[in-house]
Amino acid sequence: MERALTFDVARRFPRGPTIRARASWPLGREAVTVLFGPSGSGKTTVLRALAGLDRPDAGAISFGGEAWFDADRRVFVPPQARGIGLLFQDHALFPHLSVAANVGYGLHRLPRAARAARVAEVAERIGIRELLPRRPGQLSGGQRQRVALARALAPRPRLLLLDEPLSALDAPTREALRGELRHLLEASGVPAVVVTHDRTEALALGDRLAVLLDGTVRQVGPVHEVFSAPVDAEVARVVGTENVFPSRLLRRHDGLAVVRAGAAELVALDPGGVEDEAYACVRAEDVVLEPHDGEHATSAQNRLAGVVAARRDEGPLVRITVDVGVRLVALVTRASAERLGLVAGREVTAMVKAPSVRLVPRRA
Amino acid sequence: MDAAALALSLKLAGLTTLVLLAVGLPLAWWLTVSRFRGKVLVEAVVALPLVLPPTVLGFYLLTGLGPRSPAGRAFEALAGHPFPFSFAGLLVASVLYSLPFAVQPFAAALAGVDRRLVEASHTLGVSRLGTFLRVTLPLAWPGVLAGAVLSFAHTLGEFGVVLMVGGNIPGKTRTLAVAIFDHVEALEYAAAHRTAGLLLAISFGVLTLVYALQRRPAFRWNER
Repeated sequence: MERALTFDVARRFPRGPTIRARASWPLGREAVTVLFGPSGSGKTTVLRALAGLDRPDAGAISFGGEAWFDADRRVFVPPQARGIGLLFQDHALFPHLSVAANVGYGLHRLPRAARAARVAEVAERIGIRELLPRRPGQLSGGQRQRVALARALAPRPRLLLLDEPLSALDAPTREALRGELRHLLEASGVPAVVVTHDRTEALALGDRLAVLLDGTVRQVGPVHEVFSAPVDAEVARVVGTENVFPSRLLRRHDGLAVVRAGAAELVALDPGGVEDEAYACVRAEDVVLEPHDGEHATSAQNRLAGVVAARRDEGPLVRITVDVGVRLVALVTRASAERLGLVAGREVTAMVKAPSVRLVPRRA
Repeated sequence: MDAAALALSLKLAGLTTLVLLAVGLPLAWWLTVSRFRGKVLVEAVVALPLVLPPTVLGFYLLTGLGPRSPAGRAFEALAGHPFPFSFAGLLVASVLYSLPFAVQPFAAALAGVDRRLVEASHTLGVSRLGTFLRVTLPLAWPGVLAGAVLSFAHTLGEFGVVLMVGGNIPGKTRTLAVAIFDHVEALEYAAAHRTAGLLLAISFGVLTLVYALQRRPAFRWNER
């Protein structure tokens, strides 16, 4: 049996919502799971329950077959004994200790020499060696983030929990750190749970997405799948109407990046930082459809011939899925859909301007 | 100069402060972390000496721990002498009388430490006691020091409780404040002036220290 993280927890707040979240996912190679949802959806409650900082009112949590919490059997493993690393939103570094002492804080059971060696090793890997003698007050936001990650990783946790890891940073730092954080998480080899309400963050960091809405987990799956195929309208509204394709960089020219998504090639603006893998994101409302035989020239860089695979009417709008080598969703008005006769099997060309294709790098 | 009275006062205040650190810190910690409903009662009991006349405390201690009470006999069996009019009795009374002056600043300082730092320490595998010693206490020390200094100064200046419980035995229970009372009773104004001036100077110095400690941006971790 594969090791898995399973939780089914209920938490009532006196003057707030009731959280009743359950989900399970394997602790396998796909390391990073993003708990995604709007604020107030219960993400942080679930994270704190996983960390053992909050005790749910009912339910159970098990990690790789080990019971961390079980209300019926009165099991509650305190945070000290769970072997987790928690990255706080504001990093929560100890202000009275040097960076080295912060990183070594969780290594109190090791002898002094072993502790120093481990601190040096982690610092080297995270790239904070020159910061070790400093105090947290002397660090920039990005440096603090790295120190907090090093502190959490030093005791070799079995599970890493990250609470909105990038939201405390200013926009340029966030941009720069996103790819780096993904790289560090991957390199650490520790399964991680990231809480966020930011779509770009979810795409950049996650392998797996768990969507939380009103205290319940509504969908769990590979990131691009959840974004591209939300299970219901509510999830669709939360994740946005995006096409998200895992894609691979083919070439660059004139400030553009050409990627392969499925059997299709997409031209996008080059955001920089893309090495190899990226998610190509296209909002459904940015896709223009025209009949296959349309010959007039347009400025759109992407002209993708395909066949209508599915149609779903949504009030005044119609959601058309076109198979152009990947399944591309277009959102068009009902009038246009009728005029073009957009039903399954109809041959159409989908057009997307390059600036409407957003690339989110997957590696630093 | 009342050298014996000064020595006794300093000894009493010093020991009282040490006992209050040992007893008051755990009590203050409990007050900040406990979700026990009856906590308000404990808080009220701790604060009582602020509003009660010292004679009330002294009276109850005398009757409660006097030679005719079971607690008093237990005290006598342990200490080898009766509770009233002894230094040990004086110490117990002083600790109770100065309790709020220690516990309230302690609790405020401990509660002022960011809860997330405590949680971060827990997730890093450090026990609650370890976290208290390695995170909470180092970050709260200006407030803890202020509480310790205040209770020291308060014990130096106490009078009513000392007189009720300790009496006026030179070298044993005759403190500075009681000595001043004696001097004035005996119309020895010059001696009273010297002793009172000394007490005034010590108290003023100590309070200046407390306010200076609290005014300063607490600690300067960043510059070091």
